[in-house]
Amino acid sequence: MREVLQIVFDALSLGSLYALGALGIALIFGVMRLVNFAHGDFIAFCIFAMLWPSTNAAAIVFAGNLPFYLLVPLLLLIGAALSVLSEVIVFRRFRNTNPATMMIASFALGFAIRNFLLMLYSSRPKSITLWPSLSLPVEVLGARIPMLQVVTIVITLAVLVALTLFLRRTRYGLEMRAAAENFTMARMLGVRANGVILLAFAISGMLAAAIGLILAINSGTADIGMGANVMLIAFIATVIGGLGSVPGAVAAGFLIGGASVMFQATLPHDARVFRDAFVYGAVIVVLLVRPQGLFAPKSSKQRV
Amino acid sequence: MTLLAVDNITVRYGRLTALRGVSLKIAEGEVLFVTGPNGAGKSTLLNAIAGVVPPVSGTIALDGAEVTGVPPEQIARRGFSLVPEGRNVFGALTIEENLKVGCGMRADKHQVAGDLDSVYREFPVLAERRHAAAAMLSGGQQQMLVIGRALMTSPRLMAIDEPSLGLAPKIIDQVYEILLRLRAQRKLTLLIVEQSSTRAMMTGGRMILMRGGRIVLEGAAGEMVKDERLKQAYFGFGDH
Repeated sequence: MREVLQIVFDALSLGSLYALGALGIALIFGVMRLVNFAHGDFIAFCIFAMLWPSTNAAAIVFAGNLPFYLLVPLLLLIGAALSVLSEVIVFRRFRNTNPATMMIASFALGFAIRNFLLMLYSSRPKSITLWPSLSLPVEVLGARIPMLQVVTIVITLAVLVALTLFLRRTRYGLEMRAAAENFTMARMLGVRANGVILLAFAISGMLAAAIGLILAINSGTADIGMGANVMLIAFIATVIGGLGSVPGAVAAGFLIGGASVMFQATLPHDARVFRDAFVYGAVIVVLLVRPQGLFAPKSSKQRV
Repeated sequence: MTLLAVDNITVRYGRLTALRGVSLKIAEGEVLFVTGPNGAGKSTLLNAIAGVVPPVSGTIALDGAEVTGVPPEQIARRGFSLVPEGRNVFGALTIEENLKVGCGMRADKHQVAGDLDSVYREFPVLAERRHAAAAMLSGGQQQMLVIGRALMTSPRLMAIDEPSLGLAPKIIDQVYEILLRLRAQRKLTLLIVEQSSTRAMMTGGRMILMRGGRIVLEGAAGEMVKDERLKQAYFGFGDH
């Protein structure tokens, strides 16, 4: 029982991370058909924003010293600002170009951000300690679960609820959903293209910042490649979920997190190093069976 | 008073020229039918007015102000509403949400609830299923939804691309009845692309015949149907 609970929490917290990442990618894909491969570098940027620029191995914590009620909003703001700036400076020029062109632009932007970080901080991973109390275990139904896992799951659920309310209950949410389905039609109904796209980028940037924060607390290090790993899985989650479906992306994020933890727990010991191969194998099987993704968006196909 | 003035516009898609120097005027409260064979440029004309495909030359003025090259959302805000071909409902949104998308830009927010009621009165089938996903509607119901959605923006000029395409004759009658009533009630100006010229004749109003990206004939709808040139335009004999 205790082990099962432990696995469930592992799966949920890892799934949360992937779900938050997938959400950030799906929102932008929805409104402009851009797969933003720079998303992982947004995450890394947010982690490094907590440190003073230096090439030493010992990180000098800067913003990371702030109390959490200041640090969290500040980091979200940094994430949103970086994301919005990328739209204004880079992606706006590629609007209405074909998706492959936009994707390559996002690779280029990612490289630029990564090398900017390398220049300021060097490639050495740095140790970073934030709120050590979060790694202490708490007792949940007899199992000892790290506090951070609980916090990650709670934050993710809160984000999902807030975002759902935003999308379902507000005017801007309605406009964003309409634009995701048919951008031109939405514009012809007076929906401002720039407004909707900037909003999607701002939310996506904040999600990147949240992931960065969780990763930094969890691993205790700041590494330039950290965001890219999450980004890769998150991208796969958006594909499996059915590109364009926001709930699908979230569900698939949890699914991959769950599968990953399950393989880790159940594979024979010698095979565990190949866990990721099993996860990606499962992904291939899913895509062979349902190439359109598990939760492909309802199409508004013409009916006569 | 002229509500819409299109002056000598040319539209290209890459190397293909879809409109070649088209000019037209619509007075407030008027009904103008645009007819012509497939590929004549009818839909392109509507899309150009809506700001979706900017013309390479010529000007478009809405209510006296030039709107050439203005983005679609701004043109919508100036009172032009286009119901494009192919029933572009937002399938994953509910019917009520579809109707509300275009209300965000309205300055008269207090009128929205009343307008919603009147759309539901005109199309009771939409009211019954207001919380259902729009993708679940039949073709005729989707056509009603997109017309209702355009009305919810409180337009002064409404353009509809092929309202009767794929609809049963009974439903076409109903759609036209509603449009003409709204025109009388709200002083709505209508620009309707319609393949069926008899429909245009029965409704009255002015008619424009397009072919090969040009306007080839213009006149009262009732007179034009008798014109031999109308048939020629469709069947392609004769010179013009």
